[in-house]
Amino acid sequence: MIVDAVTLLLVSKINYWIYIVLMMLGLYAMMTKKNLVKKIIGMNILQTAVILFFISISAKNNATIPIIEHGQTSSHSGVQAVDYINPLPHVLMLTAIVVAVATLGVALALVIKLFNQYGTLEEDEIIARLEE
Amino acid sequence: MTHQFSALIVILPLVVSFFVFLSNWWLKKTGYLLALTALFCCLLLSIGILDLVIASGVIHYRLGGWLPPWGIEYYVDTLNAIMLVLVSFLSFLTAVFARKSVEIEIPEKGALFWALYLLLMTGLLGIIVTGDLFNLFVLLEVASLSGYVLIAVGEKRSLFASFRYVVIGTMGASFYLLGVGYLYITTGSLNMVDLSLLLPKLYTSKVVLAGFIFILIGLGIKTALFPLHGWLPDAYTYAPTAVSAAVAPLMTKVMAYAILRIMFTVFKAEFPVTVIEVTDVMVWTGTLAMLVGGVMALSQSDFKRMLAYVIVAEIGYIIGGIGVANATALKGAVFHIINDAVMMACLFMVAGLIVYKTKGHRIDNFIGFFRVMPVTAVVFTVGALAVIGVPPTCGFFSKWYLLLGGIEDHQWFFVAALLICTLINVALFFRIFDKGIYLHAHGQNLDAGVAAIDTPGNDAPISMWLPALVLALVILLIGVFNQVIVETVIRHAVPAGI
Repeated sequence: MIVDAVTLLLVSKINYWIYIVLMMLGLYAMMTKKNLVKKIIGMNILQTAVILFFISISAKNNATIPIIEHGQTSSHSGVQAVDYINPLPHVLMLTAIVVAVATLGVALALVIKLFNQYGTLEEDEIIARLEE
Repeated sequence: MTHQFSALIVILPLVVSFFVFLSNWWLKKTGYLLALTALFCCLLLSIGILDLVIASGVIHYRLGGWLPPWGIEYYVDTLNAIMLVLVSFLSFLTAVFARKSVEIEIPEKGALFWALYLLLMTGLLGIIVTGDLFNLFVLLEVASLSGYVLIAVGEKRSLFASFRYVVIGTMGASFYLLGVGYLYITTGSLNMVDLSLLLPKLYTSKVVLAGFIFILIGLGIKTALFPLHGWLPDAYTYAPTAVSAAVAPLMTKVMAYAILRIMFTVFKAEFPVTVIEVTDVMVWTGTLAMLVGGVMALSQSDFKRMLAYVIVAEIGYIIGGIGVANATALKGAVFHIINDAVMMACLFMVAGLIVYKTKGHRIDNFIGFFRVMPVTAVVFTVGALAVIGVPPTCGFFSKWYLLLGGIEDHQWFFVAALLICTLINVALFFRIFDKGIYLHAHGQNLDAGVAAIDTPGNDAPISMWLPALVLALVILLIGVFNQVIVETVIRHAVPAGI
C-alpha cells in the first residue's frame, strides 16, 4: 500500500520533482562553484527549472494543443476549456526565455571582460587579485 | 489624450532609447539631448498623472483594449503616481548632472550609456505603473539588466561587483517568478486587482503562503534587505558616479514600493499582518538592517561605500516601518521611500562632485572641501542633516512618523534601533564635516584632500552643482511643506484596511 502511494506520488508528480531537483542543482552550482562560467550554468539551470514549472502547470490529462478547430466537440461553439491545455503559461515562458537569454548574454559578456582583465575565471583567484 | 499618459510614460523612454542607441553611429551629439528631452517629457507626464489621480481617482489603463484579467492593465493610484513623479524627477536631474561626469569617466561609451540609462528608467517607471504581476517581472528584468551593464562600465573593480549582482539578482528574479507561478496555480490570474479579489478565500492555503514567501524573498534580494544585501556595497561603490547617483536611490526604493504593492494591494493587509504574521519578521529584519547598516557604515573609509551601507540601514527603516503596519508607521515608510531617494541622490551627487575634483571618493578626499567647493559644501550639509534627521529637512519628518508608529505599536526594539541609527549617522557625517572644515588638524593626509589640489572657491562646473543644489532645496521644501504633502498625497497612498 505505502509503496504504491509513494510511487504514485513520485510518478504522477514527476514534473514537479524534476523542477525541484533542477532548482536545487542550479542554486547549488551558483553558490558553491568557484568557476564563473559554472556559476552562469547554474543560473541558467535555475531559470530553466522555473520555466519547466510553469509549463507543467499548464498540462491537462486528455487535452490537446490550444488551436480551436470548430465542430470538434460537435456543440455549436465547439470550445470546451477541458479539451485544451492552458496556453497562457507557454506564452509567459516565451517571454521568460527571452529574459533568460538576455541575462545569459550580459553575464557572458561580463565574464569575457573579467577574463581579459584578470586572466582567470576562478572566483578565488580574482578575489585574491582584488585584495592585492 | 490624458488617459494615455500612463502608457506613454513607459513607451516614450523605451522608443527613444533605440534612437539614442542608433545616434551613436550617426549623430553622436544628439543622443544626450534626445535622452534628456525624453526624461523631461516623462517628468511632465508623471506630474500630469499625479494631477489626474488627485483630481479623479485611480486610473485603469487597458493595454490594447483587452479587458482585465485577460489583458495587461496599468493601474495608477496615489502611491504609484507619487513614485512616478519621484523617479522621473530624480532621473531627469541626474541626467543633467551626469553629462560632465560621463564625458570624463566613460568618454568612449557616449550615446550607448544614455540608451541604457533610458532603458533603466523604462524598467523602473514600468514597475511602478503596471498592474500585472508577470509584467512586473519583465520590467524588473529590463531595469536590472540595464542596471548590471551600467554598473559594469565603472571603475576596474566594478566588473566583478556587477557579475555578483547578476548572479544574485537573477536568483531574486527567479524566486519572484516562482512565487507568481504559485499564485497563478491557485487563482488562475495575474492581474493585481483581480488577485486581491480572488485571494482572500485562499488565505489559509499553503501554496499561497509559499508563493507569498517566494515573492517576498525575491523582492527582498532586489531591495537589498538585510541579510540579502551582499551585492549592494560593491556594486554601488565602483559604479560610475552618474550611475550610482541614479541607480542607488531609485532601484532599491522602487523595489520597496513593489513589496508594499504585493503586501497591501495583491494581498489585503489582513494576510501579512494577522494570517501569517510576516510583519513581525519584517520589523526584526528592519531593526537588524538599521543596526548592521549603521555599524558597517561607520567602519568605511570610502565615502560611496559608506553611503551604500547607509542605504542598507535606510531600507531597514522602510521595511521596519512596513512591518510595524499601523497607519502612522506606513505613512512614515511611504514618506521615507520618497525622502530617502532624494537624500541619497543628493549625497551621491556630492560624491560625484568630489570625484570630479579629486578622481577619488575616499573620505580623505574631502579634506578642506568646504573652502574649495562652497556650493558642494552647502549641498552636502543639507543632505547630511537630512540623513541624520534634523528639522526642517525632510529626513526628520519621515523618521518622526516611523518613531510615532513604533511607539504606538510598542515595538520598542525598532524604536531604539531608529534612535541608535540616528546617533550613528551623526557620527558618520560629523567625521566628514570635521575633515571638510578643519584643514590643519589633518597634517599628514592633506595631499589626498581637495584642498591640496585646487584653490579656494573653485567649485565644479555649474551643470554639475546646479542639480545637486536643486535637490538640496527639494529636501528643505519637502521638510517645510511636509504637512501639506502628507495630508494631500501620502495619506491616500497608505493602503486601506490597517
